[in-house]
Amino acid sequence: VAAGFLMSGGGGNDVQWCFSQVKGAIDDDVAEADIISTVEFNHSGELLATGDKGGRVVIFQQEIENKSQQQCRSEYNVYSTFQSHEPEFDYLKSLEIEEKINKIRWLPQKNAAQFLLSTNDKTIKLWKISERDKRPEGYNLKEEDGRYRDAATITTLQVPVFRPMDLMVEASPRRVFANGHTYHINSISVNSDNETYLSADDLRINMWHLEITDRSFNIVDIKPANMEELTEVITAAEFHPHQCNTFVYSSSKGTIRLCDMRASALCDKHSKLFEEPEDPSNRSFFSEIISSISDVKFSHNGRYMMTRDYLSVKIWDLNMENRPVETYQVHEYLRSKLCSLYENDCIFDKFECCWNGNDSVVMTGSYNNFFRMLDRSQRRDVTLEASRESCKPRQVLKPRRVCAGGKRKKDEISVDSLDFNKKILHTAWHPQENIIAVATTNNLYIFQEKVN
Amino acid sequence: MEDIKPEETKVEEQKDEENKVCPEKLEEAKLKAKYPLLGNKPGGSDLLRKRLQKGPKYFDSGDYNMAKAKIKNKQLPAAQTEKTEITGDHIPTPQDLPQRKPSLVASKLAG
Repeated sequence: VAAGFLMSGGGGNDVQWCFSQVKGAIDDDVAEADIISTVEFNHSGELLATGDKGGRVVIFQQEIENKSQQQCRSEYNVYSTFQSHEPEFDYLKSLEIEEKINKIRWLPQKNAAQFLLSTNDKTIKLWKISERDKRPEGYNLKEEDGRYRDAATITTLQVPVFRPMDLMVEASPRRVFANGHTYHINSISVNSDNETYLSADDLRINMWHLEITDRSFNIVDIKPANMEELTEVITAAEFHPHQCNTFVYSSSKGTIRLCDMRASALCDKHSKLFEEPEDPSNRSFFSEIISSISDVKFSHNGRYMMTRDYLSVKIWDLNMENRPVETYQVHEYLRSKLCSLYENDCIFDKFECCWNGNDSVVMTGSYNNFFRMLDRSQRRDVTLEASRESCKPRQVLKPRRVCAGGKRKKDEISVDSLDFNKKILHTAWHPQENIIAVATTNNLYIFQEKVN
Repeated sequence: MEDIKPEETKVEEQKDEENKVCPEKLEEAKLKAKYPLLGNKPGGSDLLRKRLQKGPKYFDSGDYNMAKAKIKNKQLPAAQTEKTEITGDHIPTPQDLPQRKPSLVASKLAG
């Protein structure tokens, strides 16, 4: 880890996090549709998008109070909301295609409008979000309400002018990228060339051009000729932040493959294979399941990538394939609960992870609405909780501690008391500031760095 | 009461020590005790194939639409009471009938 990370606002444990806002209903009876399935800041951090199981997207916009003062407290308010995907029925397979939004990725802003890609299991859509704050008034042939005038009554001519109106934010689908995937899409990633993007399902990865919807290139295909020989699936994929020819994909077996599209059209052969050797004496029934990578994210500087498996977060140097450079335990105390976690399916939960703006701290979620901040530069970590009980404005979050066994200290919570239905799978970090968005089952929490 | 031979006890003790060192193996033993027929390869093609086809399979689109209608009726009890008022009393007009596709509910995050 190079020097130069010791900047203020690094998000490390000298940072105190405090409550800023919470969005969503308070009631415990959660409708399926309200389950949040993805959270993503745009490139400037001004916009924050969420997707849910009901196929809806809600976009929040940062409004900065007291811009003139040095310390500004920003609030995110609803900017736009729309129905992105609807449930469909696959007639050939007699299966439902869920409308759940699996991922949202923003395009870098090129003009006044904002663009994002949203995807469910089968179809990716490009949405344009634009503002309208003026409208033309003073038509000659129409009344103000739109009815056409009787031509015989028109005796004078006027020039229509634009007059200000209340801001209206419109979302319109500009492209629909359909029929590209037989299996379920788990990732989308916009290329740094800002012209193409990739979409990955369990067995294949396709590359699309943002302008072209009737064709896509298949760049990875791991489907075996005989499905009985299937041993691993693709779990996540991402383009390199700067090198438009490079992307990575992770597997259910805990490996990450880096591919270079200059090498060949079909990237079945990887350029690099990242895999940590396993200690055979530790191998158990659960080993492969908990090694399955649920998320992979490049660092902003493009030199590292982070992977999340069931119990840990690993940081890999792209120049070193045989082991990660850093490993952080997220909730090691769960290792002695794997039997029950397998029985209640929690062992298959897919946690995401994210980097802070200067790559010095990473964050990931856990159970009981806990989330973990792992400081790479200071080698410290903290567990925080997203809870309605810590919702007073600017209330500082207290570190939480889990007692793995033995005597439980005051303020600690025992492993058996953890609520495994309260999972934080999706988190996002503002690209520049210490503002984080943490999604519980149906609520979105926004926390900010404490400002004195 | 069974007679445990000394050699067997030694092996058991060794296993216990291994398990103490490796909580995963202890958990594995627990699982195998509960489900003795469980195979040894959890990451095998069966698990993966189950993952590839997620969701319930429907007989046909009619079956699917009926199931969807049931869920929607559960989520919107108001619509249901309207239905019960209409049947039997009079011939319904288009305005009386609840919409086939109830208007989409806005996300509570935007509320």
